[in-house]
Amino acid sequence: MIEPIRIPSALLPRRFRVVVNCPELSDVSTLSILPLDGTQTSGKPGQFNMLYAFGVGEIAISISGNPADTDTLLHTIRNVGAVSGALCGLREGAMLGLRGPFGTPWPVEAQAGRDLVIIAGGLGLAPLRPAILQALSMRSALRSLSLVVGARSPSQILYPAQLADWAGSGALRISLTVDRATPGWTGMVGVVTTRLERALEGCDPANVSAFVCGPEVMMRHSCQALEDLGVPAACQWISMERNMKCAVGSCGHCQFGPDFVCRDGPVFRWDRIGARLRIREI
Amino acid sequence: MTHVNANRSKIKKYRACAVQKTAQALQESFPEDRMGESLFLKDPHRLLEDWLSAGWRVIAPLLRDGALVPDILHDPEELPRGVTDRQSPGSYRLEPGASTRWFEAVVGPQGWKRWLHPPERKLWSARRDAAGFEVTPEAEEWPATIFFAVRPCDLAAIARQQEVFRRAGDPAYAARRAATRIVAVNCGRSAETCFCASMQTGPRAQAGYDLALTEIADGLLLEIGSEDGTALLDARALPAATDAQVREAARLIEAAAASQTRAMPPDIAERLTEVADSPRWEQVASRCLHCTNCTAVCPTCFCTDVTDRTSLDGAMAERWQRWDSCFSPDFSYLHGGPLRRRAAARYRQWMTHKLSNWHTQFGSSGCTGCGRCITWCPVGIDLVAEARALAKGE
Repeated sequence: MIEPIRIPSALLPRRFRVVVNCPELSDVSTLSILPLDGTQTSGKPGQFNMLYAFGVGEIAISISGNPADTDTLLHTIRNVGAVSGALCGLREGAMLGLRGPFGTPWPVEAQAGRDLVIIAGGLGLAPLRPAILQALSMRSALRSLSLVVGARSPSQILYPAQLADWAGSGALRISLTVDRATPGWTGMVGVVTTRLERALEGCDPANVSAFVCGPEVMMRHSCQALEDLGVPAACQWISMERNMKCAVGSCGHCQFGPDFVCRDGPVFRWDRIGARLRIREI
Repeated sequence: MTHVNANRSKIKKYRACAVQKTAQALQESFPEDRMGESLFLKDPHRLLEDWLSAGWRVIAPLLRDGALVPDILHDPEELPRGVTDRQSPGSYRLEPGASTRWFEAVVGPQGWKRWLHPPERKLWSARRDAAGFEVTPEAEEWPATIFFAVRPCDLAAIARQQEVFRRAGDPAYAARRAATRIVAVNCGRSAETCFCASMQTGPRAQAGYDLALTEIADGLLLEIGSEDGTALLDARALPAATDAQVREAARLIEAAAASQTRAMPPDIAERLTEVADSPRWEQVASRCLHCTNCTAVCPTCFCTDVTDRTSLDGAMAERWQRWDSCFSPDFSYLHGGPLRRRAAARYRQWMTHKLSNWHTQFGSSGCTGCGRCITWCPVGIDLVAEARALAKGE
C-alpha cells in the first residue's frame, strides 16, 4: 500500500513590485520591476516573462531592458486588452506576478565578425532593445551594426530619446521610417523594406546577419527582401507572437506547425519557419 | 440477483481453495519469480476486494449514463459483466453481451485523461493584502490508486500525455501517475471504430502496466509487468496458466487485431506536411460542427486554458486550468481575433498536430487508434477516412 501523495504545484508566479511605470506612447508603458524575494530574474535578449495582474490574468511580455543591468527588469507593454491594460495601469509600488524567463534568445554573441542588421517594426523594437544593447556592448567584435526602425507615424516611434542617443554615439547606423508622415516630420516615409538596401551598404550580403521583429507581415516581407538582397536565410532571425497561456509547451495555444512558440521560439531562424509563415491561418 | 449470488459463492469457493494452499505451494508460485509468466485467475473479484480492503482507490470502467466510464469502484459487484458495445461513426450503444464476460465492451467515451489530467484544476489562489497579494499553492492530494482495466490504446495514451507534461516541466501528471498502479486488459475483441493495430498500440498491451489481464473462455490470464505489479499480488498463490490457455489468449488478441477494418496510412505523418492547401480541409470542415467532442474524448489531447476567478469583492483570485480545444475559435486568439478563423484551419490544426507534428514535438504519434473521435463525432467524421483521403491527395 502506498501513501496518498501531495501533487506539486505548477505555474506559480513570483511576486514583483513596480519601481517605475514610465509612459512611452499614448497606449504603451514600460514597467521597471523588482522581485520581493530579492533575487532578480535575468533573461537573455529576446526572452519573455509571463506577467500576472491580480485577479485579471497573465500575458507574455518580452524583456526589453539592458541584459547587462541585472538589477533592473524592464517590460514594455501596449494596452490592448484586459490584462495588458491592468499592467499598464500599475502604479509605483503596485504588485504583480511573474513567471519566467522563457523562450529562445536572439543569438547576439554568435554574430561576432558579422554585419548585424536589426529591423524593428512598431513595438517590435521592445524585444529587440536588449539585443541592440548587447550588440553595442560587443560593438568592436561586430564588423558593422545598423538598425532600421519603422513606425506607423512619428508619434508611434518607441524609445525616441534612446534612438537619438544611439544615433549620436555613432556606434550604429540608424534608419527611421514612418508609414504616414505628420507635419514636422522630415525623415523617410515608407515601409522598412524600402530602407534595407541602404542598411546593407558596404556589406557583403553573405556576411550579413539580421534580427527582425514586428508585425508578421512586416517580418515576412523584410526577410524575403533580405533574401533577395543576398542575405542567407540561415542568417536571419525573427521573433514570433502567438497566444500563450502556460509558456512551457503544455497548453497548446501557441502552436505554430510543429513548434511551440513559447518553447521553440519566440526567436526562430528564418530558414526554419519562412515557408510556414506563408501558409494561411496555420 | 441470482447472478450476483452465484458470483459471490464462486468467490468464497475460490478463497477457500486459496487458503488451503500449502506453504510449499505458495513458495513455488510466489509472484516475484513469476514476472513474464502467465497466471490463471477465475475472475477479478477477489483481487478487487483485496485492493479495496487494503485502502487502494480503485478506478474502473463502470456503467454511467449508458456508457462505460472510468470511475471510483466501491464494491467489486459494480464491475459490469455481460456487456458489449456497438460503436460506429457517430454512434455508441451498450448491449447485452456474453453473460460470463467481463471485458467484452472496449473503450467508452472517456479515457483515463480525466483522472491524470483533470478537466479542471485549481493551480493556485491569491489573496489581496496591504502589501499587494499573497499566493497560496493549491494543495491537491492523490490517494494511492489502481486503474483497473486499462485498454492498450489508453495505456499508450497515458505514456504520451506524460511525455507532454514531462517536457513542459509540470510535475503534477507524473506525480499522479507514479502513485497509480495500472492493471491493463488486452483486447480480445475490437469495436468497429478501433484501429490500434495500425498505430502499433494494441490490442496487446506492450509496456507501462503493472498487471495485464486477458479474458479467455473460462477465466482470465494474468501477467505481471512490474515489481509494483508483483506487490499488488503480494504472495498470492495463483496457478500458472496452461499452455492451451496461453495459446487461446494469443489467438483471441490476434483475432481482435485481424478484425479491425480501419487502418491509418503508415506514412500519414509525412503526407500531412505536404497537404496544407488541400481542398479536403474545407470539405471536412463543411461537415464538422466544431463541437470539440473529438478533442474532449481524445485520450491524448492535452490543451488547456487558464482563467482567473475572483470573489465578488475582488479580495480573492484563483487561477484555474481547464481543458481547451483547438476547435474553438478563441483558442488561437491574437490581436483582437482568432488566427484560425476558418473551421478548415482548425480541423487542419487538430489533425496535423495529432498525426504529424506530435512526432516532431514528442517523438511519437498523438493518436493511439482508440477510435473515440470517430465514435463520438456527432456527424460521424471518420479520422481514418479523412487521413486516407488526404494521404492519397484527394
